[in-house]
Amino acid sequence: MSSQLARHTDAVALPPPDGPRWPLLSDAWTITWRNVLKFKRSPDYVVFAVLQPIMFVMLFSQVYGGSIRVEGTNYTDYLMAGIFGQTVLFGATFSGYGMAQDLKDGIIDRFRTLPMHPAAVLLGRTAADLALNTLSMVIMILTGLVVGWRFHEGLLPFLGGVGLLLLFSYAFSWVMALIGMMVRTPEVINNASFMILFPLTFISNAFVQSQNLPGPLQAFANWNPVSALVQAARSLFGNLGQSPVSDAIPMRYPIATVLTGSVLMLVIFVPLAVTRYTRSSRR
Amino acid sequence: MPMIEAHDLRKTYRASGEDVHALDGLSLQVPEGRVIGLLGPNGAGKTTAVKVLTTLIRPDSGTARVAGLDVLTQAREVKRVIGSSGQYAAVDENLTGLENLEMVGRLYHLGTRAARGRARELIELFDLAEAGDRPVKGFSGGMRRRIDLAGALVIDPQVLFLDEPTTGLDPRSRIALWGVIKSLVAGGTTVLLTTQYLEEADHLADSIYVIDQGRVIAEGTSDELKAQIGGHRIALALVDAADSGAAREILARHGTGPVTVDDSGRSLEVPVQHGPSTLAAALAELGQAGVQLHDAGIRRPTLDDVFLTLTGHAAAASDDSATDGAAS
Repeated sequence: MSSQLARHTDAVALPPPDGPRWPLLSDAWTITWRNVLKFKRSPDYVVFAVLQPIMFVMLFSQVYGGSIRVEGTNYTDYLMAGIFGQTVLFGATFSGYGMAQDLKDGIIDRFRTLPMHPAAVLLGRTAADLALNTLSMVIMILTGLVVGWRFHEGLLPFLGGVGLLLLFSYAFSWVMALIGMMVRTPEVINNASFMILFPLTFISNAFVQSQNLPGPLQAFANWNPVSALVQAARSLFGNLGQSPVSDAIPMRYPIATVLTGSVLMLVIFVPLAVTRYTRSSRR
Repeated sequence: MPMIEAHDLRKTYRASGEDVHALDGLSLQVPEGRVIGLLGPNGAGKTTAVKVLTTLIRPDSGTARVAGLDVLTQAREVKRVIGSSGQYAAVDENLTGLENLEMVGRLYHLGTRAARGRARELIELFDLAEAGDRPVKGFSGGMRRRIDLAGALVIDPQVLFLDEPTTGLDPRSRIALWGVIKSLVAGGTTVLLTTQYLEEADHLADSIYVIDQGRVIAEGTSDELKAQIGGHRIALALVDAADSGAAREILARHGTGPVTVDDSGRSLEVPVQHGPSTLAAALAELGQAGVQLHDAGIRRPTLDDVFLTLTGHAAAASDDSATDGAAS
């Protein structure tokens, strides 16, 4: 291998000075490709993305289905939007974990010495995680249909509901990506998301009707963004039944709330995350 | 035009409530086609310097240019002409060797096809065939280093930065990697490499900057640095440690500096003005005093001696390991 390594003898030249026409998209695509390859090779991700949603749908619908009554609908119909909400919320934490891990491994340092667009790594990260979340979503929908879940408002509102869940998840990915670049180890992301997101999904209308919760928890649940997300999806799926709707603004206008919230998250956290990225280096 | 130029770089971190001056007025100049070694203990500021030069961190003050481009205002342009390989092999564990290199090529904007072709070429050149099609996870440290180093060469970089390229490798892999680096620099690439191994700097670098506490404390070729701390050394190995005192006294009379005695008491050294004649004289006296010797000889000072003389502490035995790693 010796003499051939010498400079000027290799076939390759310097990269073309003008580079690709859309450097951001081209770089982001490369990073997405890399992240998806990683998913394919790590069984953990597949378990999380495929098996866990199936397990949740089965467990909740079969275990609670008999004991929780929802006026005007059945519990399986009511439940599904809650499981969707929970799954995409946790799915978004991959972005945080992924950034923290890449930073720890020094891969971000490698990327940052390459002439890439500064937003490409984050864009590729969140895009790959969105793809994984979409896969989870499809699996959950199929499992749901098998256990008897039906949507009642037609195909377009159904697709709208799925789109809304994924939009929220995507926007939340950017929040998590920023946090991922601020923590010391990837494990922090796992622990913290468990400690924060678990209560957040349980003190919401995801699995139970919020009017059945005790006073303070009920108020919390009505203003909980997870409740708005679930409520929005539920209404688009026609799975609300006749359960009473709270007067809290997010509950009265759940779709507008989720849209506004997601756009706000993107507007605030995309620039913050990109700025943070350009200053990140392995510790 | 110097290919690497740094002027009065300063960078201070706060670590556990204390200001750490990772760079404290570091300046250097590397002419085209030269291989420069930054030599210093852990925490001397080597990694911070490389991170500034490869645009990873911004200095608090000072300026730096690589291939004539300002690392602060022309970072994107700098990245197009440099290759770098970090202290910790930054390869993606879940990707194969080939995929790792293809990814780097694509991110250098070679285009997918050219990137893949170049990756194949490098796999062959670096003897990585067995790592080519399997995920890097599970390969040895030496193999990962080679992939990482190959990543730095995906383009034909004008300037190559190697941050402790062989740290943590076993001696065999280290020597193999030295071979690779040597053949590279034979082609005329300008290289800045950092190391805490004096032997490595001696072996690879045309000239050396000795760094301590964030600044350059000496510079020159390995020979110049050795000359700076003076001529020869006489080294003795005693049969019996009980003779240590007597031998020390005799050496002290002939030496130009303090006599060093190792922990066993059987190995002594002293710097002298003129090796052969002084050795002969000392040996005669030692024989008269009845001191029995296993070995006696003249040696040229090593970079270890240089470091000890310049900084007052040995190169490897520095305990402030915090600074180099503190970059965030």
